[in-house]
Amino acid sequence: MPTAYQPPASTAPLLEIGNLTISFAGEAGWVPVVRSLSLTVAPGERVALIGESGCGKSMTCLAVGRLPPTDQACLGGRIRFEGASLLDDPAAMARLRGRRFAYVFQDPSASLNPVMRIGDQLSEAMPTGHDDDGTPPVPRHARHQRAMELLARVKLPDPAALLRAYPCELSGGMQQRVMLAMALAGSPRLLIADEPTTALDVTTQAEVLNLIDSLVRENGMSLLLVTHNLGLVAGRCDTLHVLYVGQVVESGPVAAVLRHPAHPYTQGLLRAVPRLSSVGSGELHDIPGTVPPPAQLPPGCTFAPRCPYRDTACDEAPALLPIDAQRHCRCHHPRLRHGVPPAATPPEGQP
Amino acid sequence: MIPLVAEHITVSFTRRGRGAFKALDDVSLTLPPGSAVGLIGESGSGKSTLARVLLGLIRPDAGTVRIGERTLFTPSYPRPAKEVQMIFQDATGALNPRQTVFAALAEVLTVIRGLRDGRAALADRVTALLEQVGLSADTAARYPRELSGGQCQRVCIARALAVEPAILIADEPVSALDVSVQARILRLLRDLREQRGLSLLLVAHDLAVVGAVCEHAVVLQQGRVVETGTPAELFRNPQHPYTRRLLNAVPVLE
Repeated sequence: MPTAYQPPASTAPLLEIGNLTISFAGEAGWVPVVRSLSLTVAPGERVALIGESGCGKSMTCLAVGRLPPTDQACLGGRIRFEGASLLDDPAAMARLRGRRFAYVFQDPSASLNPVMRIGDQLSEAMPTGHDDDGTPPVPRHARHQRAMELLARVKLPDPAALLRAYPCELSGGMQQRVMLAMALAGSPRLLIADEPTTALDVTTQAEVLNLIDSLVRENGMSLLLVTHNLGLVAGRCDTLHVLYVGQVVESGPVAAVLRHPAHPYTQGLLRAVPRLSSVGSGELHDIPGTVPPPAQLPPGCTFAPRCPYRDTACDEAPALLPIDAQRHCRCHHPRLRHGVPPAATPPEGQP
Repeated sequence: MIPLVAEHITVSFTRRGRGAFKALDDVSLTLPPGSAVGLIGESGSGKSTLARVLLGLIRPDAGTVRIGERTLFTPSYPRPAKEVQMIFQDATGALNPRQTVFAALAEVLTVIRGLRDGRAALADRVTALLEQVGLSADTAARYPRELSGGQCQRVCIARALAVEPAILIADEPVSALDVSVQARILRLLRDLREQRGLSLLLVAHDLAVVGAVCEHAVVLQQGRVVETGTPAELFRNPQHPYTRRLLNAVPVLE
């Protein structure tokens, strides 16, 4: 099990996202799905993005590679990777995406080409020398050997046979390992993993997460991990950003946030994780209400309609303010010293 | 209130060039009336195959499934078994994207239940069904794409209830949902069981989910039952190494 891990003392951040805003064209003008979001990933740092569906986690990840559909999405703010501005430098993007930073997505069976052998897909991900990205090309005759090495690095048995297999012959966990191998083909400095284990079952989930963890440590990579399950983050990440409707509502070191969550939303997410220790007590916790659609955000604090502590102060939108040396919280009433919050009464008519 | 008893179920699938594969090997399972049983195991352990046998969708190579007095897969029992209904993991995918919620529920009422109500009476029945699963009446006019994952799962549960089943099989009903919504669906299943006397077979890989809803749990590995007991027993003192491995895989916060 991963234990105390000290990220290397950082100098300049590897990835720097500043005031990122992503808007989509709606019926009544632009609808922002990510609103002035800022975060940094230092070399060797492992960062987690947490939140429910529709909170902008995946969009933030996709924006780093400028992957949201540009004819419908409007990206504002700045994203710098190793000093290069990704949003307005297409040449830098072409050089860095898939090489210096690589993605692993949720559904490996949808990411792999179903009619191409695993070996061919791996070779395709290798640097060719024509990309002007500075990475040494892998010559054609060396690709087979390199593919075998990559499969061995993600701990897949019998790489030689796997290279000739089609994706449908592999289980979900094996497919996700192949996706990881493809991500490693460019020797990235940053791995962006967007819900990498949601489609896998629980034992495979732990295996794949532990594999990601060991690969990140062995290669000194940085990790940006997106998940909706706070339970997966403990011990596997250094820094945590909790997102709610496109804004960071709480951020700080993982251990501190999990021990004393300050924002009511973080507290709710934490209580919602089913626990073995409560088996038999019949306790089940949820967060009342639903995430509001980005076109109909409530005025004031966006979490107020679902919040057990809401009062008149919440009619005004709170700012993301420091609550101690390392942590920030976007709440008028950060509950640092409070224990278990009172039982929430669900709003009328909410499904 | 009818019991479901499955005895010595064996199912094999033939795989091209590689001989037969035993998906279930002599599995017995009893679901007493009004009980909640959890079926635990990883992918490939035979959980879903067993669910499909109990529904009458797969005929086992050996073994019997008795639902009340009658036996599945005999001429006395027309398939599929209406007393048994199923809800699936992918709720959005289980609904027809071109059908409103009203159409999805009304179809079950008219085609499977054979009701010949007028439209107004039908609308009342649909509203009553939606209320049971905690959805407002105006949900009936919506399409699946307008609903959240949790709401879709509620519609699927309402659709299963429309058949008036005695037994509900839920195959991973919450694993595709946000953590914050999971508890609400599990609570709904628990309440329905108490209010309607439904028996519940909950298929899940998350042991904590089973522990929150069920009073009995069965652990399947590679088509065999390896351990049974109350969830509390299983979690405090797992006997089989496989159960221990499943427990260790659950993410821990503490």
